[in-house]
Amino acid sequence: MTTAAVKPATMAQALQRAMRDAMAEDPTVHVMGEDVGTLGGVFRVTDGLAKEFGDDRCTDTPLAEAGILGTAVGMAMYGLRPVVEMQFDAFAYPAFEQLISHVARMRNRTRGGTPLPITVRVPYGGGIGGVEHHSDSSEAYYMATPGLHVVMPATVDDAYGLLRAAIASDDPVVFLEPKRLYWSKAQWSPEAPTAVEPIGKAVVRRSGRSATLITYGPSVPVCMEAAEAAAAEGWDLEVVDLRSLVPFDDETVCASVRRTGRAVVVHESNGFGGPGGEIAARVTERCFHHLEAPVLRVAGFDIPYPPPMLERHHLPGVDRVLDAVARLQWEAES
Amino acid sequence: MTVQELPGAAAAYRPTPPPAWQPRTDPAPLLPDPEPYRVLGTEAAAGADPELLLRLYAELVRGRRYNAQATALTKQGRLAVYPSTTGQEACEVAAALALQEQDWLFPSYRDTLAAVARGLDPVQALTLLRGDWHTGYDPHEHRIAPLCTPLATQLPHAVGLAHAARLKGDDVVALAMVGDGGTSEGDFHEALNFAAVWKAPVVFLVQNNGFAISVPLAKQTAAPSLAHKAVGYGMPGRLVDGNDVAAVHEVLSDAMSRARRGGGPTLIEAITYRIEAHTNADDATRYRGDNEVETWRQHDPIQLLERELTERGLLDDDAKQAAADAAEVMAAALRERMNADPALDPMDLFAHVYAEQTTQLREQAALLRAELDAEGEAR
Repeated sequence: MTTAAVKPATMAQALQRAMRDAMAEDPTVHVMGEDVGTLGGVFRVTDGLAKEFGDDRCTDTPLAEAGILGTAVGMAMYGLRPVVEMQFDAFAYPAFEQLISHVARMRNRTRGGTPLPITVRVPYGGGIGGVEHHSDSSEAYYMATPGLHVVMPATVDDAYGLLRAAIASDDPVVFLEPKRLYWSKAQWSPEAPTAVEPIGKAVVRRSGRSATLITYGPSVPVCMEAAEAAAAEGWDLEVVDLRSLVPFDDETVCASVRRTGRAVVVHESNGFGGPGGEIAARVTERCFHHLEAPVLRVAGFDIPYPPPMLERHHLPGVDRVLDAVARLQWEAES
Repeated sequence: MTVQELPGAAAAYRPTPPPAWQPRTDPAPLLPDPEPYRVLGTEAAAGADPELLLRLYAELVRGRRYNAQATALTKQGRLAVYPSTTGQEACEVAAALALQEQDWLFPSYRDTLAAVARGLDPVQALTLLRGDWHTGYDPHEHRIAPLCTPLATQLPHAVGLAHAARLKGDDVVALAMVGDGGTSEGDFHEALNFAAVWKAPVVFLVQNNGFAISVPLAKQTAAPSLAHKAVGYGMPGRLVDGNDVAAVHEVLSDAMSRARRGGGPTLIEAITYRIEAHTNADDATRYRGDNEVETWRQHDPIQLLERELTERGLLDDDAKQAAADAAEVMAAALRERMNADPALDPMDLFAHVYAEQTTQLREQAALLRAELDAEGEAR
């Protein structure tokens, strides 16, 4: 085994490398979207792909999300593996009909005759000072639609490994890229990148005994920081990074909650009708006798995404997570 | 106030349009002829291949009978719904016959007949409308996309497939069918725009049958014709008499040849009429008069071709009877097969949601299995 150079890399670089490796290995992989070619994407995630693989493999499309995803359906029907970019979370909404009426159910309505291996990359979430329609957390819409996988990396390693897995999947994957983590760095080896893991496995990022923080995507670093801070107050927190909302890894989540007896779900999308409700219900149904306190949720407020100058009040931060952890001392309070 | 009248702007400012303002191409060649193209009853008919005309005739007669049979099956409760193409058979049949073996058809929910005319088993073609599985056939086996219920959303699929085929160097053209109402949808616009920009080998056939359920064309669009819309995308638009099967076949074949040669997409508007209501759930008398329907009955696609063939001595009473008999055999077989109850396996509910079942779906499948077993024991 050769020792590969390990150096600081950003999540954006790892994502780019994942697409590049996938395109080099498999000529049916096509990247398409608005600005993905010459510009390399507004976040530079597709940087260099058009130059290396040509305009036919990395295509600047007309500015039309339904058209981008709709044509990708036809391309997938003809044996290609389209990787489409939606540029910003809220820009994906015009493509929802294609996503929900066709992409999610083509396999099902054709009884397996026409699977659609499409990866829909969505730069998503807040915390980058984006103006309106540039910071939505749209995962609840996607996870409410059977037939889609919903995946979101929180680390540089996972950005590579999960995107490779998404592109290799024979099913459509909505791949949510936390925008504010694009420039987060880690020691990473582009020459010997992360192993590609199957989609749907959660991972314990930090072991602990007092309570479990269940989280994903942009809230993972927040929870890691909160866990460190809580240690000072005697709380030994476990952090579970879901990595995938669909399929949902009940096993890893529930094993953790059974160990700790307490759980807080943390995400930045709004709480009402959000993923936290589903997760809390699942955990309660499966771990009721192990729970020492109700499963709590720390989420964004139930408001349209706020303007950048106010978003820090909306996004769940370390303090809000710690407040919830304090409320887990249920017996003492009741 | 003009620029010249602004204080201090008197002397030099001479606005000239930037280059982008110049027309990029002359739109005239893209514009449709104002008169729909016709073959039957005109001098152009002399150039039509008799063998093709007779084949089209047989398919039209069969198609009319198929429509009647499917409508009857709806009344008997054997089909949940059937959007009839009675009166529009020329478009359906011509669409199927203009395709080559390797080409793909992208039908709307009303285009069952086109799929059948392409060779799909009539029962398989009706599974969606029967309430059996959504698509009763393998799209790749027949190169027919699933019948599409949302309006115009299949058009970008056709563009993407044609584009992918061209990237692979394959000789494949996609024919995408849509109704007049579908041209108002955003996906219609996006599909045509993508097709033109990519020069995709795809042909769009709009069957303008007068109404989108109850809404007439005049309330659907202010464009001079639906074929005119092509100009805005930079592709040719053609108007054709949709009840003239020879004309539809010729216009479609020309457009498909052009696409095959790398000439890019074409938008074709076939002007026709829906003789029956939208579906069995619709009351057409609320939005149109008997006179209008009667006028269109006088312009019936089968009669138009019959007249032509009879005048040219290509069709006698015996040949007509033979076509009618063949259609009757098809209808009887369809009736018989549709009267048998399909055997559906409830466990199939979980079989094709994902390539690999999730834990959650496995649990739900186990629940249903237990319910079915309990039912079986109770019986």
